[in-house]
Amino acid sequence: MFDFITPELIVYVSIVGTVFMGLQIGAAVMVYAERKVAALIQQRLGPTLVGPKGVLQPIADIVKLVFKEDLRPKAADAALFLAAPVISVAAAYIAFAPVPFGAASTFFGLLDQPMPLLVADVNVAVLVVFAVASMGVYGIVLAGWASNSKYSLLGGLRSSAQMISYELSYGLSLATVILMANSMSFRAIVDQQAGYFFEVIPRWNVFWMFPLGLVAFGVYAIAGLAETNRAPFDFPEAEQELVAGYHTEYSSMAFAMFFLAEYINMITVSAVATNLFLGGWHGPFLPAEYGWIWFLIKLAVLLFCYLWIRWTLPRFRYDQLMAFGWKVLLPVATVNLIAVAAGVLYFGL
Amino acid sequence: MGGWDGLAIMIAVGVGFGAVSIFISSFIGPRNPTPEKMAPYECGMPPVGDARERQSVKFYLIAMIFLLFDIEIAFLGPWAMSIRQLGWPGFVQIVVFFLILVVGYVYVWRKGVLDWGPEHDPDYVHAPSPGPAVIKRYRYGTRN
Repeated sequence: MFDFITPELIVYVSIVGTVFMGLQIGAAVMVYAERKVAALIQQRLGPTLVGPKGVLQPIADIVKLVFKEDLRPKAADAALFLAAPVISVAAAYIAFAPVPFGAASTFFGLLDQPMPLLVADVNVAVLVVFAVASMGVYGIVLAGWASNSKYSLLGGLRSSAQMISYELSYGLSLATVILMANSMSFRAIVDQQAGYFFEVIPRWNVFWMFPLGLVAFGVYAIAGLAETNRAPFDFPEAEQELVAGYHTEYSSMAFAMFFLAEYINMITVSAVATNLFLGGWHGPFLPAEYGWIWFLIKLAVLLFCYLWIRWTLPRFRYDQLMAFGWKVLLPVATVNLIAVAAGVLYFGL
Repeated sequence: MGGWDGLAIMIAVGVGFGAVSIFISSFIGPRNPTPEKMAPYECGMPPVGDARERQSVKFYLIAMIFLLFDIEIAFLGPWAMSIRQLGWPGFVQIVVFFLILVVGYVYVWRKGVLDWGPEHDPDYVHAPSPGPAVIKRYRYGTRN
């Protein structure tokens, strides 16, 4: 009767559960880290009261938000107002589905065939991430429009203009990596980054034919900051101008969903950057089975850079943002792509 | 298991989690609406008019040129996968493709679609630069 319960199924279900819970716990850790890093940079203490050194602060925040009243403006579009946070958080979860976080593993001989550590092992994973990441803008735009509040609408409009502007550079840098690796699958791209250039430098795409790989990584990092609406590109929720931007009218768990989506998007962008440019789970000293430890270390470093940038740089002006995206980043990304294509053909890589 | 159906599982997980948590909190939370709470937030003032008014045409222009340039990205994916078979002829073709695109890009740039700041607006009049008396008052206050 229970024949369908194979070790493969159990392992797969645990992987899905790990991704689901891991993203939530990761978001909670990021909320805590954000406040502690901000406190460190501004020479404050940050949260200290809830739990030892305030580590239970995110849980306290969530419990508080669950017990808050669910408000909705009278003039709001009820269906879209409810759908927007669900779209946001769902897009954030789906974008992580094709992203692997470790080498294929047999789980110490439990399985006959090694199983890759990811939810959806598709062969065009880079395209899927690109497509789903641009779905996230729907949640923000619908939230802004459905609220029928001036601040929300302006935040939604700004965010749509910003995200589609930087999506071009984002897509170009992804195409550059596809060109270098001749593959659209994360696992194939990561496997090509094993080993060393000249026996010293890791064979990561970021070091590929210096400085072409580095430029592609820089374009990806800047466009990723803008795609996730993080400082210095946080115009959709620029609090000094727009109160809270697109989620001004949201309260309770609906607000928490937007918050969760923002942090999961940061984790996804960093995980994709780790896989595409920083060698994924490859690293010295550890056997391949424990590659996920290297992956988590690289992820943590990138996420710290997110916080570091946010609390160090002031926000751009909106015209500077659009001018930078269209007049600087897009030409740089395009020229870099053509240079990489010429390099691939000239050296026959 | 683990292929495209993994994506479907993640869609179900994501939508389910979002919907369930909002549903639960609408049960647990209190519910005593007042007209003030139901009004859109406008810094404590009574809201004026409707939010859905006309917005700047810049947003529509950006959306339109995005469509044009995004098609370019859609072409690049398959090209990047097959560059090793296409060789130098494929490279020359994509360069020509980009050159045609650059013509439109330069046109859009010269037309000022990419400029959002007031200094690019021909109707914008800059405030006069402050004279020495104003600068002195700003620096040292009015008492000295």
